[in-house]
Amino acid sequence: MEIPYTVDIRPDTGLNNVKLGIWLFLASEVMLFGGLFSSYVLLRVGAEAGTWPQGAEILSVPLATFNTIVLISSSVTMVMAWASLKLRDLSKYRLYMSATVALALVFLIVKGFEYADKFSHHLYPSESTFLGIYFLITGLHGLHIVGGVIVNSYFLLPGVKMWHTAPERFTNRVEAAGLYWHFVDLVWIFLFPVLYLL
Amino acid sequence: MSIDSAEDIKKHVKVYLMVFAALMVLTIITVGVASLPLTIPFAIALALVIATVKGSLVASYFMHLVSEKSPIYWTLIVTAAFFAVLMFVPLLAMLDGIRLER
Repeated sequence: MEIPYTVDIRPDTGLNNVKLGIWLFLASEVMLFGGLFSSYVLLRVGAEAGTWPQGAEILSVPLATFNTIVLISSSVTMVMAWASLKLRDLSKYRLYMSATVALALVFLIVKGFEYADKFSHHLYPSESTFLGIYFLITGLHGLHIVGGVIVNSYFLLPGVKMWHTAPERFTNRVEAAGLYWHFVDLVWIFLFPVLYLL
Repeated sequence: MSIDSAEDIKKHVKVYLMVFAALMVLTIITVGVASLPLTIPFAIALALVIATVKGSLVASYFMHLVSEKSPIYWTLIVTAAFFAVLMFVPLLAMLDGIRLER
């Protein structure tokens, strides 16, 4: 049975179901990260004066700045991958999507080094409230990056077969994956100053 | 987003590159501002303003929110309302006089 409105526009919403579905999912993601941001604010304002460390005292700002640049770059390559499909240029799509996946892996490797450095100094989530919320939020964000790598790798390798049979449907899939990826980038844009700089 | 012609896409690609450059500059500004001797409330406000500008650029252009259909906007308005409620929870807790251990 064919799935309806994967390409065609629904007359009631003016959108295809792919677009509406991914935005509803992202709305739920806003609430997930929103709850954690709210917890962070509650823990920070509720801490005794002078007990909450400045992120830069414990965390590596240069590594986080590098990772911010990496993630923003991956957002650009992602949107360029989608634009390449719209321009019917599959080879450029492969190039940009490969770059997106590679940049995501660089982000994870750098994050892995950061975590390893903290653990080598016996800085575990149990050490303080700050480290607890830091590992929780960045860990959840990291899992979202892993999810994005899996989805984007699928669209880069086996999933690209659909381009030859249903190009518009494939383009919509990549657009949905892109919306998710930009959201993950957007979350990091707020995490970076909140956790590392303030 | 309703972009169809190749010419439209090429125009949008230029916008994507301009947004990318703006995001890079704003990232450098974020780090630079953090090293200035500002009071903590002002530093927090400034960092969040810059992050909001960066986030708006990503949402508006990379996520195409500048030209979306109304069901998407309504979904996000409802989400923003509930998000605002979540952000008020710490304020309510503060008014309740809660103090947490380190």
